[in-house]
Amino acid sequence: MSRLAALAKPQTGYSYAFMDAFAKRELRRRMLKAVAIPGYQVPYASRELPIARGWGTGGLQATLSLVGPETVLKVIDQGADDSVNAANLRRFITRMSGCQTTTDALQATIIQSRHRIPEEILREGQILVLQVPDPEPLRAVQSDSSACHHMHADADYGQMWLVLYEQLVRYKRYIQGASYPSLVNGRYLISPSPIPRWDTPKLHRAAHLTILSAGREKRIYAVPPYTDVRPLEFSDIPFQVEDQRTWADERTGARYKFMNELPQADGTARYELSDTGYAEKLIAKQRGQAVTIGRTYYDDEGNFYHDGYLKPPVIPEQGG
Amino acid sequence: MVLLDVVGLTKTFTIHHLDRHIPVFHDLCFRLHEGQFLLVTGQNGAGKSSLLRCLYRTYLPNDGHAYYESRYGRVDLARAADVDIALLRREEIGFVTQFLRPRPRVSALELVAEGLGELGEARARDLLDGFGLKPELYSAYPTTFSGGEQQKVNLAHALARPRRLLLLDEPTASLDAQARRSLCQRLADLKAQGVAMIGVFHTADEIRALVDGEIELRGARLGLPTHDDETTHGGFYVAD
Amino acid sequence: MTAISSPLSYLNRVDEPRLIGAAPLLRVQGLCKRYGRIQAVQDVSLDVYSGEIVGIVGESGSGKSSVLRLLNLEELPDEGRYTLALPTAIGLDGVNLFSLDRFTRREVQTQHIGIVYQNPHLGLRMGHTSSGNVAERLLISGERSFHALRAAAREALAASDFPLDRMDDPPRKLSGGMQQRVQLAKAIALRPRLLLLDEPTTGLDVSVQALVLDTLKRLQRERRLAIIIVSHDLGVIRALADRVLVMRQGRVIEQGLTDQVLDDPQDAYTQQLVHAKL
Repeated sequence: MSRLAALAKPQTGYSYAFMDAFAKRELRRRMLKAVAIPGYQVPYASRELPIARGWGTGGLQATLSLVGPETVLKVIDQGADDSVNAANLRRFITRMSGCQTTTDALQATIIQSRHRIPEEILREGQILVLQVPDPEPLRAVQSDSSACHHMHADADYGQMWLVLYEQLVRYKRYIQGASYPSLVNGRYLISPSPIPRWDTPKLHRAAHLTILSAGREKRIYAVPPYTDVRPLEFSDIPFQVEDQRTWADERTGARYKFMNELPQADGTARYELSDTGYAEKLIAKQRGQAVTIGRTYYDDEGNFYHDGYLKPPVIPEQGG
Repeated sequence: MVLLDVVGLTKTFTIHHLDRHIPVFHDLCFRLHEGQFLLVTGQNGAGKSSLLRCLYRTYLPNDGHAYYESRYGRVDLARAADVDIALLRREEIGFVTQFLRPRPRVSALELVAEGLGELGEARARDLLDGFGLKPELYSAYPTTFSGGEQQKVNLAHALARPRRLLLLDEPTASLDAQARRSLCQRLADLKAQGVAMIGVFHTADEIRALVDGEIELRGARLGLPTHDDETTHGGFYVAD
Repeated sequence: MTAISSPLSYLNRVDEPRLIGAAPLLRVQGLCKRYGRIQAVQDVSLDVYSGEIVGIVGESGSGKSSVLRLLNLEELPDEGRYTLALPTAIGLDGVNLFSLDRFTRREVQTQHIGIVYQNPHLGLRMGHTSSGNVAERLLISGERSFHALRAAAREALAASDFPLDRMDDPPRKLSGGMQQRVQLAKAIALRPRLLLLDEPTTGLDVSVQALVLDTLKRLQRERRLAIIIVSHDLGVIRALADRVLVMRQGRVIEQGLTDQVLDDPQDAYTQQLVHAKL
């Protein structure tokens, strides 16, 4: 038992928030540079962490560099606060930093996320840290990374446009589902993590700061508050978000929020809100509990919260 | 007006690998006015075609001058820049031979009317009809034509464009009688309009009426002019 | 004995252009390019006017393709000036294109110069649609309307005599002649003033070759393009070019009107070349 107790004793011998001060300082400097050049991929020395590369080490390093005792942290994975990966990351960060946690997007000061941006509108001062598997939007068309650097330097994105052209010719619509290539501040093309198309417009002129960090690829980039982020779209074929107008959350009846589809044995499907923190609050409210539900990016008619560039959802045009 | 003033024109072929020089003509001089017809005669190999080609710059003269009064100004055909010669070939100087180099998928009518603008087709029909090409061939491709038919298309093509100087290299050879008469009539019309011509003809009988002067080439040396009194020929003279 | 000009003097025997009023579209002076110990291009100068087709002939290694790469701004020379008489608004009057920064150079290359390579793999994305290959140039130049792109791709392909029902087939599924038409459509999509052709019909069947040449000739007439065609095939040059330059060991050893160079070649090497081919 004494040996077990020895193994289970509180962690000591680590710096605050696991990473040493120099590493955190480097990361913070890289983040400042990324904020200064919106959308530009800043290389950084990705550290070893006690989780494997590819499991969110990029986001984790960014969060560990930013976290403090006063931080209120929310960690989500595919919209869920309770998935294994999110839970592990949350526990690790709290243990290493003593910060508080929440599942409420409105309460959080730092939100580390994989694949989703919460449904409630984030405000100034909040930081969204997105875990990025592949930061290079040009990778699909150019395998040589130094050639990609040249293309970014020249703003030579013709090939990406060509990809969209080919999609329209072959499928009559943009088929890119997640990581929809978007132009930041009219200059750098980014791959906005693999967030669904639904979440892409949320980056445009957002009040919060978004940090995108790829641990394996050692690149960090940012969308500063109130920065233009526009998906590539032809002037006559508008970018569209996923059409889920007929889908309603089975527990709350909520609509026009991003849904998970749960296929059933009989061939039908049930739908549930992808954003579990938001779903919890809706359920609590329906039970008469006192909760504050923030304004959402998409209202209950599916209209986006600001004029932005997004047209109201329509069925994708056939033809063209 | 003097259109062409040839002074001391000399052509010698140099064949490097044989280290041989083959003189064709030497120190050739003559003068041609607008609307004049100069007949070039001589034995086979005397350099008749070579003279025409030197004036058209298919051959590069070695020495001498061929001053030509173009609409853009006076120019020496023997040494004018290639682009200037190309311009004159497009607009002022025509070379008429019996040989056609047809292009695929271009019909006889299109070929003749090419670049002539709106009236081109009517003009082309008129010319092809004059040379006796069967109307059913107008929209066919000359690549498939017989030699005689190709030649008619070629003559129509060469004569359809407005020219100020025509170089005629045996255009009547192997033509049938009707086409021959039509060609001569056509040349007479052009001459009346002021077009100057220098011609080599296998049989000169049919164009004899058009001829204002004649030079005979004798291989490497200018032959004696058949008419050496320039006053009787409206300012046209041949001199050595 | 008659006075015979020495073999080299004919290069100086021709005057400066005097009749042709316009300035040349393209002017290259003193082009030199060395690869390691090989002097690939040595003091090449060239003027090309709008509506003109100029051929460059020579054997392999004569430097003709190097000249074309330099003219396409794919490479920079060791020495030389290169100007294009583009519309004044573009602001490149008299500017040596070799001195431009990489970004502007690429813009000039995309907007004002079209090129067709012998090997379609060099000029085309074989897996994309043919129309996409053509549209790419317009995309790079900033066209953002899908329907405008479709229309422009269709127009350029039609102008290249490409069958429109196959416009969305990938080039890898097309015949060699068709691939060259896609390259040509891509090259002319932005209506450049200058078109560069690097052995465009080499490797094609003779009949297909004739059709491609016919298309080129028609385009040159309709669009008043200045075309420079590099070929070792004198038949192609004779069929297409108004003027021709003969290159050997990086130098221009003879130039003139095509029929003159081919029928009355002055230089010993040109005579060999012409007699070997005809």
